[in-house]
Amino acid sequence: MRKILLSSIILLVGITFIGRLSYLQIFSFSPNQILEDPAIKAVYDYPERGYIYDRNGELLVANQPAYDVMVIPREVKPLDTLEFCNLLGIDKERFVSQLKKARVYSPRLPSVLVPQLSKEDYGRLQEKMRRFEGFYIQKRSLRYYDTNSGANVLGYISEVNEWDLERNPSYAAGELKGTTGIEKEYETILRGRKGVKHIQKDRFNRDIGPYKSGSLDTLPEQGKQITVTIDKILQEYGEKLMTGKHGGIVALEPASGEILALISGPTYDPALLVGRERSRNYSKLHYDTISKPTFDRSILASQSPGSPFKTINALVALQEGAITPETTFHCYNGFYVGKRKRGCHCGGGTRNLNSGIYLSCNAYFAGVFRKIYDQFPTSAEGMDAWEKHVKSFGLGTFLGYDLPTGRPGRIPNKEYYNRIYGENRWSSSTIISNSIGQGEVEVTPIQLANMTAAIANRGHYFTPHVLKKIGADDISIPEFTEAKHTTIDKKYFEPVVQGMAEVYKKGTAARLQIEGIEIAGKTGTVENFTRINGERTQLTDNSVFVAFAPVDNPKIAIAVYIENGYFGSRFAGHIASLMIEKYLKGEITRVDLEKRMLEKTLEAEYAKPYSGEPFKINERVW
Amino acid sequence: MSVSGKSVLKRLDWFSVLIYISLVFIGWINIYSSTFTDDNPSIFNFSSLHGKQLFFIGTSAVSIIIILALEANFYERFSSLFYIISIVLLLGLFIFGKTIAGATSWYDLGFFNLQPSEFAKVATALALAKYLSDIQTDIKRQKDQMIAILIILIPAFLIIPQPDPGSALVFFALIFVIFREGLPLYYLGIGFMVILIFILTLMFGTIWVGIILGLLLALFLLLKKPSFKVPIIPVILIYVAIVLFSLSVNFVFNSVFEQRHRDRFSLWLRLEKDPKKLEEIRKDIGYNTYQSEKAIESGGLSGKGFLEGTRTKGDFVPEQHTDYIFSTVGEEWGFMGTATVVILFTTLLLRLVYLSERQKNDFSRMYGYGVISILFVHYFINIGMVTGVLPTIGIPLPFFSYGGSGLLFFTALLFIFLKLDANRLNELT
Repeated sequence: MRKILLSSIILLVGITFIGRLSYLQIFSFSPNQILEDPAIKAVYDYPERGYIYDRNGELLVANQPAYDVMVIPREVKPLDTLEFCNLLGIDKERFVSQLKKARVYSPRLPSVLVPQLSKEDYGRLQEKMRRFEGFYIQKRSLRYYDTNSGANVLGYISEVNEWDLERNPSYAAGELKGTTGIEKEYETILRGRKGVKHIQKDRFNRDIGPYKSGSLDTLPEQGKQITVTIDKILQEYGEKLMTGKHGGIVALEPASGEILALISGPTYDPALLVGRERSRNYSKLHYDTISKPTFDRSILASQSPGSPFKTINALVALQEGAITPETTFHCYNGFYVGKRKRGCHCGGGTRNLNSGIYLSCNAYFAGVFRKIYDQFPTSAEGMDAWEKHVKSFGLGTFLGYDLPTGRPGRIPNKEYYNRIYGENRWSSSTIISNSIGQGEVEVTPIQLANMTAAIANRGHYFTPHVLKKIGADDISIPEFTEAKHTTIDKKYFEPVVQGMAEVYKKGTAARLQIEGIEIAGKTGTVENFTRINGERTQLTDNSVFVAFAPVDNPKIAIAVYIENGYFGSRFAGHIASLMIEKYLKGEITRVDLEKRMLEKTLEAEYAKPYSGEPFKINERVW
Repeated sequence: MSVSGKSVLKRLDWFSVLIYISLVFIGWINIYSSTFTDDNPSIFNFSSLHGKQLFFIGTSAVSIIIILALEANFYERFSSLFYIISIVLLLGLFIFGKTIAGATSWYDLGFFNLQPSEFAKVATALALAKYLSDIQTDIKRQKDQMIAILIILIPAFLIIPQPDPGSALVFFALIFVIFREGLPLYYLGIGFMVILIFILTLMFGTIWVGIILGLLLALFLLLKKPSFKVPIIPVILIYVAIVLFSLSVNFVFNSVFEQRHRDRFSLWLRLEKDPKKLEEIRKDIGYNTYQSEKAIESGGLSGKGFLEGTRTKGDFVPEQHTDYIFSTVGEEWGFMGTATVVILFTTLLLRLVYLSERQKNDFSRMYGYGVISILFVHYFINIGMVTGVLPTIGIPLPFFSYGGSGLLFFTALLFIFLKLDANRLNELT
């Protein structure tokens, strides 16, 4: 017993130690040593974010330096607080509370004390900084906008949030990322890849050299510059024209699907979301629920297309053999649906395809619509055929353009109506409003523009897109470079295009001709309603216009949608005409027209539903 | 009866020597790593700590030669003298001592700081063996037991006020020698109970200790054989004594202990339930242990490699080349390294037990047990502390930690015994 006592204890202790060590080194061991090791600090080297250029190589977005005042609370020595606050331009309370916040976050790690100093403040502070121990200035890169336009399409960058951090391990807290628009869509290209250096630290957090001689370090990969399809001049001009108006303008190049301008009104200066005032400005924009400047109406506003949709119905009817261009319908200053009469502004008389389009005759298109359905034994089959043709123009789908948001609009189908009316309990007459682009169909301005481009191309379109070049290389994304064909034969487009050309010559937009340019277009005057205190209330008609020019070999297709702008030829027609002239000629010859558009606003119209008083709609403005 | 050098080498227990060399070598490698800086990579730079340690290793080698060359009975004959010298040296510290890091434990010899407590360990082991092996001594007699215990306690009490409670604690380990020679085991039992009740009281409080002990007692009385007579009054007295002791624990803990002692226990027994305060203690007095545990843990199975320990390089573990040297092994060599070191120590200690038991000479056997006790308690407390099993008690790891006095006297301690062992056959003739 006495002889083995000590031996047993020695063995027991040995086993205990082996057990403890295997617990520590085998069971508790975490393979992510390098991340948890306090002796290794990863220092990131951020590449500069790529610049964004317009289609002509004009700079749109670049970078500017900003200077953050940082603090490491543990290293702060007693200082002349008053002088320091004066230099920083903040009051003492704020200084004290920021310092406290930083200390709570970590006494050892740097926190931002004052973000984004102006260049002047930086200059003043830089020389005196040495006297304030524990504080230093960190340079970082912010976006710089060489335009005050395109805020929505360009998008903005902001700090990554918890969700991003969880989803994407390549982000670290405090980093910036593209949050909307092109910045978001092409984040990975613009961002590049940050480099990392692993630094061996001692327990006082001093650098004592590279970890493993830098063998695990990586170099930053520069963000690539991109060229977008936006035309800076056209974009800026369109936004100017949109002053005081709500709505969207989308201009495309039909031959390529490139988006020349993507304008939403009202908009804001992108520079507002950069710098020290960013969050204040953001709140202001975000909570402006009347004009919603951050809501990109050009791609998000899903509304009735109105008369421009008639062209599609005409094409469907021609394709299905329901009509020929010579087929006529009579207009009784309207048409009858059962016993109810629906109005028409065309003046009445017998209409064929050509005059039906240029005078925008509702009765004619009601007839055309019915004829389509008459081709089929049941309304449901008619609906299937109609839906197939309409959707081949990209309507009712997300289209697939390269921006992070969008709406599919709505092209109703038989299931939709079966749900509303019951199976076989509806016919072409029930849904006749769709013939003139009212009713259940809904489109976004970009869909409307794409539809126009498909007509301009006589039967095909290219998916609209904003990316033109990455670095110096033209894009070769099949999604954008291969034509999408509509289900309408090419030969049926000519008579419709003819009708659209007549719109300018003697039709609803006769006063909007541009000398030397042959334009094809279509007006739309869209009834619309809102709810005021739960009551369905009609508002002044939306003014819609689609156009492309020149008629042969079109260079631009455009859709303009102005909320409550009344007749299509008014605001929308004017703006479309000016935009086309600006793009094709580079200058405006009709100065009076331009002046009127820049001066007239619809603020009074938009204020009506919020006035709380009864109001008149569709008033004559000029 | 003189022994030629040749026969000493022949009879030396080379197995123990091999383990000794391994430990010293591995120790030095890790001292080199933990004191390594990129601008001082030379091995033979005697201004660097690893260079100095190399010098100490050389000195130790010389001392081994001297120890083996001296006659075996030299140690027995002069053990009383060594003991007296060591007591005088310890007393002298009160007047001439040099203070390093708050402890007055050294004599400044100019080129070298001598730590007499290290010398006292060897001397006390020798003196204890000498006294116990004396023909006049009967360990069954209470008076002789007391004298034996006094031999241990005198140097211990001289060392406590330095203050160096860690080194003082080492002397208590020599009790093992007396046990081996016949001190009744219930002393050990009482000691064990005292520690157990101390810990249980701290963890659960006097009331619970009293209740549970009472319940166990009741259970025992119920289940015992009817024939077994229990001396009721002594049992009740013992019970009362335990409860009183338990009460005194609270008093001692709260009134006699200083806050830093309380904190160490709080951390070790996880007494502090408030995680915020625990975190504070951990950052403060638990910092060393926490960092050393983390460093060992980060080594994983196979370690980060020689000179690749990031926490070692960053000096995250304080005193890493001395008391916390084992954490360097853990970080750079991983479980493979730490297990090897534990196995080496266990093997050496068991080997020494075997060697002690084969001694024909009582003095040699008792001294052997003294060596084992001293080495074992260092190894047990040091690795226990570094791995976070035991509270922080700062004593070095034998043969491993940086330090001249330590290495020299641990070497002397071991090789005096190996010399005695090599000489054992001569005793018969």
